[in-house]
Amino acid sequence: MNIVSPSADTQGIDADAQALFRYVLRLGDLSLVLGQRLGEWVGHSPALEEDLGLANIALDLIGQARLLLTYAGEVEGRGRAEDDIAFLREHGEYLNAILVEQPNGDFGQTIVRQVLIDAYQLELYERMTASTDERLAAIAAKSVKEVRYHLRYSAGWLVRLGDGTEESHARVQAALETLWPYTVELFADDELDRVMADRGVAPRLSDVQAAWVRRIDEILAEATLLRPKDRPHSWHGKRGQHSEHLGYILAEMQHLQRTYPGARW
Amino acid sequence: MEDRRQWPLYEVFIRARGGLDHKHVGSLHAADARMAIDHARDLYTRRQEGISIWVVPSRDITASDPAETDSLFEPARDKIYRHPTFYEIPDEVKTL
Repeated sequence: MNIVSPSADTQGIDADAQALFRYVLRLGDLSLVLGQRLGEWVGHSPALEEDLGLANIALDLIGQARLLLTYAGEVEGRGRAEDDIAFLREHGEYLNAILVEQPNGDFGQTIVRQVLIDAYQLELYERMTASTDERLAAIAAKSVKEVRYHLRYSAGWLVRLGDGTEESHARVQAALETLWPYTVELFADDELDRVMADRGVAPRLSDVQAAWVRRIDEILAEATLLRPKDRPHSWHGKRGQHSEHLGYILAEMQHLQRTYPGARW
Repeated sequence: MEDRRQWPLYEVFIRARGGLDHKHVGSLHAADARMAIDHARDLYTRRQEGISIWVVPSRDITASDPAETDSLFEPARDKIYRHPTFYEIPDEVKTL
């Protein structure tokens, strides 16, 4: 699939703008889908305090998604607002890596997914504060403070669970084995990632990955967990090819806007 | 023996801004002090309530006995001369 040249739904904007549009969607959709997933915990967390902790993180992520999707709409230049982009796109138009759409599982699995993404967003946003795209640099500067706390929260829990009881250790190690294969996609750069890095809009994914692995290794060591081996993958969520899970997420997330178009609070 | 099924209780104190005291704002459950700080941040500073958090295990707080209220506090009631109401405060002093 050629990801930089115009496709049917984005005719009429120049190739540079279209590439930026798709790249910003990747960032925004990652936050949006993960925020929606975390929101599923509200009312179901193991403790009232965790309910609020996870909801706070979810709201931070939705906030990031709003900034990013608003920007994506402006780059696209077809008059789409954040809500149009969030609620009125189809399955294949979402460009998030599929790690974030994986089910919550138990609390431990949610925490493992969160650590993997928090560390990724932290390394990515820290570097993106120096982006040649001023808007992305500003969004990254705001988001990096939030993400730093997210990682403090999630890594704190991973250490507790990994270095906890026999059962908690076994559960989070199993969750790590389940989710690890999906992390490969985060760092598998394609033409779009390379174009963005060449323009100085985004950091090189190989740099992000090296820093991410160092950080993850430190956390896993403290949590007495073993890092699974990387395996070849065939996920292409970043190009719009998703697991079945995204359909259910969108059904719930988009239901209101599709049933009552333009509904407001 | 402490009940292990429930996390211990912590009291939370928040400093709203520089120069003010930490004020008691409530309590929460947490496995240890670090988690209590995280929870306090999530529960009590969501609306910019503070810039500093203290947490104290509730069991470490010693409270006065409500049954002794009369003997502890009643004697102060008729000693108004202890209030510094006889000083004239200069206008420039704002926050006394």
